[in-house]
Amino acid sequence: MTAIADKPSSQQPSRGRFSRPTATTGWASWLTTTDHKKIGILYFFATFFFFLVGGLEALVIRSQLAGPAGSLVTSNQYSQIFTMHGLTMIFFVVMPMGTGVFGNYLMPIMIGARDVAFPRLNALSFWVFVAGGVFLYSSALLGGTPDGSWVNYASLQGVGPDPENLSLLGDAIHSRRMLFYSLGLQIAGIASLATAVNFVVTILNMRAPGMTLMRMPVFVWMTLVTAFLLLFAMPVIGVALWMVMFDVGYAANFFRPEGGGDPVLWQHLFWLFGHPEVYIMVLPAFGIVSEVLPVFSRKPLFGYAAVVFSGIAIGFIGWGVWAHHMFTTGLGPIANAAFGITSMIIAVPTGIKIFNWIGTLWGGHLKFHTPMLFAIGLVSMFTIGGLSGVTHAVVPANAQQHDTYYVVAHFHYVLFGGAIFGLFAGVYYWFPKATGRLLRESLGKIHFWMMLIGFNLTFGPQHILGLNGMPRRIYTYESGMGWDLWNLVSTIGAFVIALSILVFLINLVISIRAGAVASDDPWDARTLEWTVPSPPPQHNFDVVPTVTARDELWHRKYAGKEADIPKRVPSGASADHADAGAADARATAGAQVPAGIHLPDPSYWPLVLSVGLPIAGWGVIFGQPVVIGLGLVWTLVSMLAWALEPSVEESH
Amino acid sequence: MRARRPRWSSVAKVALITGFALLLAACGTSDLPQDALTPAGPTARAQDDLWKLVFPIAVVVFVLVQGLIIFAVIRFRAKGDEVDLPKQVAGNTRLEIAWTIVPALLLLYIAFPTVATIFEQAAEPDEAERVDVTVVGKQYWWEFVYPQSGVVTANEMVIPTGTPVYVQLDGIATYELDDGAEDQASNLVMHSFWVPKLAGKVDFVPGHDDRYVTLEADEPGRYAGQCAEFCGLSHANMKFDVVAVEPAEYDDWIAAQSEEAGQPEDEQLRLGYDLFGANCVACHAVDGHEASVGVRTGPNLTHFASRETFAGGIFENADTEQLKAWIANPQREKPGAQMIPFGSLADEELDALAAYLQSLD
Repeated sequence: MTAIADKPSSQQPSRGRFSRPTATTGWASWLTTTDHKKIGILYFFATFFFFLVGGLEALVIRSQLAGPAGSLVTSNQYSQIFTMHGLTMIFFVVMPMGTGVFGNYLMPIMIGARDVAFPRLNALSFWVFVAGGVFLYSSALLGGTPDGSWVNYASLQGVGPDPENLSLLGDAIHSRRMLFYSLGLQIAGIASLATAVNFVVTILNMRAPGMTLMRMPVFVWMTLVTAFLLLFAMPVIGVALWMVMFDVGYAANFFRPEGGGDPVLWQHLFWLFGHPEVYIMVLPAFGIVSEVLPVFSRKPLFGYAAVVFSGIAIGFIGWGVWAHHMFTTGLGPIANAAFGITSMIIAVPTGIKIFNWIGTLWGGHLKFHTPMLFAIGLVSMFTIGGLSGVTHAVVPANAQQHDTYYVVAHFHYVLFGGAIFGLFAGVYYWFPKATGRLLRESLGKIHFWMMLIGFNLTFGPQHILGLNGMPRRIYTYESGMGWDLWNLVSTIGAFVIALSILVFLINLVISIRAGAVASDDPWDARTLEWTVPSPPPQHNFDVVPTVTARDELWHRKYAGKEADIPKRVPSGASADHADAGAADARATAGAQVPAGIHLPDPSYWPLVLSVGLPIAGWGVIFGQPVVIGLGLVWTLVSMLAWALEPSVEESH
Repeated sequence: MRARRPRWSSVAKVALITGFALLLAACGTSDLPQDALTPAGPTARAQDDLWKLVFPIAVVVFVLVQGLIIFAVIRFRAKGDEVDLPKQVAGNTRLEIAWTIVPALLLLYIAFPTVATIFEQAAEPDEAERVDVTVVGKQYWWEFVYPQSGVVTANEMVIPTGTPVYVQLDGIATYELDDGAEDQASNLVMHSFWVPKLAGKVDFVPGHDDRYVTLEADEPGRYAGQCAEFCGLSHANMKFDVVAVEPAEYDDWIAAQSEEAGQPEDEQLRLGYDLFGANCVACHAVDGHEASVGVRTGPNLTHFASRETFAGGIFENADTEQLKAWIANPQREKPGAQMIPFGSLADEELDALAAYLQSLD
């Protein structure tokens, strides 16, 4: 622990029974770290790995559908692959990238904190997330992956895609796949819930002096809204997944009509979680874009308050639109009308964001570095997804669009054109902060343009396919439906996207080793994370900064009021900040560092604890109470050890 | 600046009109079997009318937003020689109010006809003027029951033109066997009933029998339909046709379908008849066959040859080799098919069975 100085002796006496790990470098430090930045980096590599896996699954899907009567995979394999593509991209890529990668790495620095409120819980989130992914994908070796699509509707989840088991699937294999769905997402959900609690507490309690709520960067605001959404949405899906487990594994009757259950109940529970989930995925990307656009426009964000409040409004209204996923379920005209109207209403705050982003560009001096390209890409592509979303809210027209490729196109424009473009903007923007090196601009621009073209080739034609009557989730189609051409175009587009990701991978590998060295503030940015070195020290700030303005760093660098045309000033010479230039603060930091910077100690227990959950899960799947017990005891003992763990500081 | 303005607006106009024409040309092609953009009946037309209302608005907003982005990107790009920062504008309350209220008004404009159409389409057509059809989703085919006449058929739903057809998706349907026992008609998996040219989807939900949709075809013709809710291995192979015929022809069809099948005289057909009685009647009914008990597990085959397709609308009835291959091994022909394979039958037996089925018109 580099940054730990002597602590005042008022520490409680040790109650610990286990020594704590002390490694600060090498692989052991990564396994035991509680540093939010290291955890963020771990999240990046894990989610990026899942992104590649989910992408390969997408290529299989597109190859199968490239022409009529595709024969690359069987129906059984196709069902597993498209289900895993959805689960992977949603639960193991977009969702953890927004909060796990960017939220973890940046949020504490952006609010002037040295770490999150519960560092060990943060590590636990990551390891449980990994355990959930490993557990879910272990199904591939244990009889097949879940195959009921990511929504996994009842009562298909109960009886399976082949109820009479005439061909190849036994009942046991089917229920195993469904249990992997239920328990895999359950485990991953624990990770999300822990992150949510952690981030809410951190943002509300650990802001630096002067960092009022309305001075917080928009990314932090969106992370806060996302954390609240997670906090309320994960329990809903948790309960529903629990019910699936009991239905499938223990013959309960929550969703089985033959036992008095109701398959529609699953849809309500799933979408009551599932719609906020959409905003959980996309709001962090909105936050990233709200950081990137002002920096590269060299103007403050247009309508900060409007962007923040529209994000909060989306967070609230997002709870009142779930049944628009169920317009054909037969809820009746009153429910359909009500949810149609709420779904239209949510377009208003979304539109406000779009216009404010354009307002930010307007009149600026735009610099088109790669992060800016991806950010503008989001504004442009997400608009398309938002507009097709409005057409879904027109309930009678939705009866035609529902469960067709039109919907597939819509949500890829939202989650790929929106979230993924935003997340890549974030990767290019903050890569120099995390590594001290810049990603190559030339490769970045190739990546962007290939991805933009490939993305539109892939998903643009799917609008037409859907309106021409092509349903989702079909493993084959016959010639003569008029779907051949656009499917082929879509498949070509998918491979263009894949190539663009390859370019990014090459860029990543080259730049980590030999990228141009980045200064602390390579983009002339606005927020606190750019006041600290690249990469930041473990304690982030030598001196916790005192914040006097929104866009604190910008105000330290430039004099004059916002409405005027400010001039760059020598560090510390700004009238507003006569005492606190960025470099200044660090230069004088040595004199101001207090006697000890309290930092979280590494711990074995988050990693150890996370192993118990999949063990219990496998026990459920194979009906072995002893294994379930072993997993639970493992988890409980780890919790106990966690509680009794000493603070490492006493050994100093 | 003043000289530019008309040029910009005319460029925008041309772009708008060209874009529109291209989009419409790309989307609406009437000869596509499942095209939702070329409705052929009032229900689909009302749905399409709303699409025609909202789509142009979406295109205008699209052009506006993308135009603003492109304009901003070109006009406001850094020239590289700016020493000063641009004017630091943090917001504009009037603009904020404008782009809150204008979209809200646009949505209000869409909301009224949307809600009106929702209630119109939920209305029950007049009982005296409509035809009722009860639809049951199976793995992986559709059963159509005509409660007013007692006709039971599969894969092809015949309807009279110009008449509202009130379709009930019956997820708790049961039926009575000849010996009085009751059985469940469906096997508890969700499906979605969709004939794009006639009406949007409505789900078949196990445990619920109160899902309805009203269909009506303007002109005679075959309208392709397909299951739209993922239902298992052969979700992609769960197709059907709605066959619209003139009302007089429809009455003839009902009369023909109400007749029982006869006893064949021909030797090969007689063998097929016997084989059917020995192998098929546990799941299939042929009304008039002495061994048939009225079971509805598999499709009712009394008028098999009056239909063009079998196995969920994916194979042609006239294709004898396909029919034989299906009977011998349904799972090889269609993944997850629920029919028991009869590969044990000799080739001439399969011939006889196929011939018998193809004689059932």
